[in-house]
Amino acid sequence: MNLLLRVLLSGALGALGLALGRAMLAMLAQPAPALRLAAHANEQLGASGVRHPVTAVLLNFRGYDTLLEIAVLLLALLGVLAVSRSAPASGQRARAPPQALLWSMARTLAPLMVLVAAYLLWAGARQPGGAFQAGAVLAAMAVLLYLAGLMPPWNEPGLALRAALAAGFLLFLAVAAALLRHGALLAYPAPLAGALILAIEAGLTLSLGLMLAGLYLWLPDEHEEFDN
Amino acid sequence: MSALGFDLLLALALLWSALRAMSTPDLFRAVVLFIVFGLLMALAWARLDAPDIALAEAAIGAGLAGALMLDTVGHLRSRESRGRR
Repeated sequence: MNLLLRVLLSGALGALGLALGRAMLAMLAQPAPALRLAAHANEQLGASGVRHPVTAVLLNFRGYDTLLEIAVLLLALLGVLAVSRSAPASGQRARAPPQALLWSMARTLAPLMVLVAAYLLWAGARQPGGAFQAGAVLAAMAVLLYLAGLMPPWNEPGLALRAALAAGFLLFLAVAAALLRHGALLAYPAPLAGALILAIEAGLTLSLGLMLAGLYLWLPDEHEEFDN
Repeated sequence: MSALGFDLLLALALLWSALRAMSTPDLFRAVVLFIVFGLLMALAWARLDAPDIALAEAAIGAGLAGALMLDTVGHLRSRESRGRR
């Protein structure tokens, strides 16, 4: 029975593979689609407030999707905070023993990473960059400082940290609500579009950096459970 | 022609690191191979003319996810050393 089952399974998988291959070839032979979104987006790039098409799509043409993405990330962090322990972390998670070389390297790299994050945020209007990349670099800096032993483990967040976590999403939501009164959702007025996008991205960078670092630094420390 | 050779090597390296990451019995080695896969994926995004995604992949996929998984491996090892499960 095992052999018969194997033969049947391999036959079915082979037929499926052949069908998928034929479908891919047929798809490649199709004519070009009538709707060319990339051309439309490039036409409207001048009115979007930025010069980089990816930033324009993320923050202007599809700004609503980015708003919901930030909300989802904030919800994920709230989930992590819900399972994290209320007691202060004992710091038994993986941290390096004090080493002068590691400390000096981390101390040199941290301000440089802040500079890189600020540059990515600023350059996102014209070149590849933007809020997500800058926030990820900030989070990586926080994790590096923690792993090198230069930053204490993060306890239950206080009011300031919670406000900073929610600030990006709230700023984006406030801009969307203010613009809703004038008609469509997130329809920036043309002269203000660049400034609004930069302000929203700055808020997103701060919040994203804290959120992504918090996903690592607020995970529950399981060592404490078994010590009792 | 050299671009095609580089792309082929990159694709092969992606497949190889992914296969090795899934088939190796040592969890720590699997996590390291996953980080390698993330960095190669960032290169692949750059070759596909998507530098924004390449930046995000390098920072989040290789950096943060790698740190999270290394932490998980450490927790699993300490759990095993205490004789549970």
